[in-house]
Amino acid sequence: MFPTLQLGSFAIQVPGLVLLGGVWVGLGLASREARRQHVATDPVEGLILVGLIAGILGARVWYAVRFIDVYFENPLALIALNPATLAPLEGAATGLLAAWVYGQRKKLPLWQTLDILTPGLAVFMIFFSLANFASGDAFGAATEVSWGIHLWGAVRHPTQLYSAVWSSGVLAAVWLLRREPTFPGFVFVAWVLLASMGRLVIEGFRGDSQIVLGVLRGGQLLSMLLIAASLLGLHILALRADNRD
Amino acid sequence: MSKTYVSGKLIPHIRDPLRWFLFSLAVLLAGVVWVWASAAPANSVTGGRIPSPREGFVAPDFTLELLDGGEVTLSDLRGQVVLLNLWASWCPPCREEMPAIQNVYNRYQARGFTVIALNTTYQDGEREASEFIEEMGLSFPVALDRTGEVSRRYLLRALPTTFFIDTEGVIQKVVVGGPMSEALIRSTVEALLPEEE
Repeated sequence: MFPTLQLGSFAIQVPGLVLLGGVWVGLGLASREARRQHVATDPVEGLILVGLIAGILGARVWYAVRFIDVYFENPLALIALNPATLAPLEGAATGLLAAWVYGQRKKLPLWQTLDILTPGLAVFMIFFSLANFASGDAFGAATEVSWGIHLWGAVRHPTQLYSAVWSSGVLAAVWLLRREPTFPGFVFVAWVLLASMGRLVIEGFRGDSQIVLGVLRGGQLLSMLLIAASLLGLHILALRADNRD
Repeated sequence: MSKTYVSGKLIPHIRDPLRWFLFSLAVLLAGVVWVWASAAPANSVTGGRIPSPREGFVAPDFTLELLDGGEVTLSDLRGQVVLLNLWASWCPPCREEMPAIQNVYNRYQARGFTVIALNTTYQDGEREASEFIEEMGLSFPVALDRTGEVSRRYLLRALPTTFFIDTEGVIQKVVVGGPMSEALIRSTVEALLPEEE
């Protein structure tokens, strides 16, 4: 909807800026949560930064590998500030791997660390939804509801806004739950469950879904998997904590 | 007290295998029902792509009345190569290129090629369009844009404008102005059609 902002002679890319804002606020919440749990903030912040940098570098490297002859002839293009030449899935995998290795080296406890990161992740999802709203990605199917938005030549469900609203609710739930005496991993897995439920519902209103098996939306299948995994995970973690007491 | 709300109420349910299993089953079942209810055929969604009347983007979808009666929906034609030609009866280059389009239509229709001649009826007239088609002996589908909505969606600037759409619904070539030569139309369509068996 608002991909660029004109400020005099500068055109600011709004989605990128929103994502940057999301990283900044997410980092802040993660540090706050670490402090509240009397855990050192440096390793937590380090983990996030390592994950992000490795993720972005990995996304560019894997993209370049796919088109190796192009980048061989034009090596300067490797450092171009172009988000279109990043491989998202490979980048995410690289980032997560790097973060995990970093966490292991700093001897961070897995589930407690994930819990500490969760408020940051939850707030980032809000910014991510708003960035999509600005860029027009993740758009909705054409509709006649009175709150439809005009996008890509049709009146559509404002699915990016549905996402932003749901993610705000999830953040509120996470915010309240984190203080409760539960068990390590509870907050993180509960977040995965709630976020996936939202994705499952909202994906049904999207106009850009990847279809598998003829009529099924790929995003919904993934969400169902995550919902099942997190329901099981909550049970296992609850029992594990029970045995430890 | 909110301090023990979750621990007191939720966690015993999470620990109890039977209760949690039944709850999980109910959630997953509701999920399956929703997935089924919101299922959509592949041609009604864009598979991650953004619709825009430009080369490399998914052709914006529309449903319009046909001159001969009935309707046509662009996304229903996925799997075929589509030549979308925007025209009006008073436009001379449109008139000049119609025979070429008809020839290519005749030649490749059996291989999965079709034409939608989109008449800009909002700035023309249904009667004039009908007479034009009859006079030129054209046999491909003619759609009527009575309100100008679809022409707007395709950012129509000059007549004629032609969009060559591949089997996945992606616009591969845009030609503004005319008349197009038969060679141009044929070569573009040939390139988009699947290999002949």
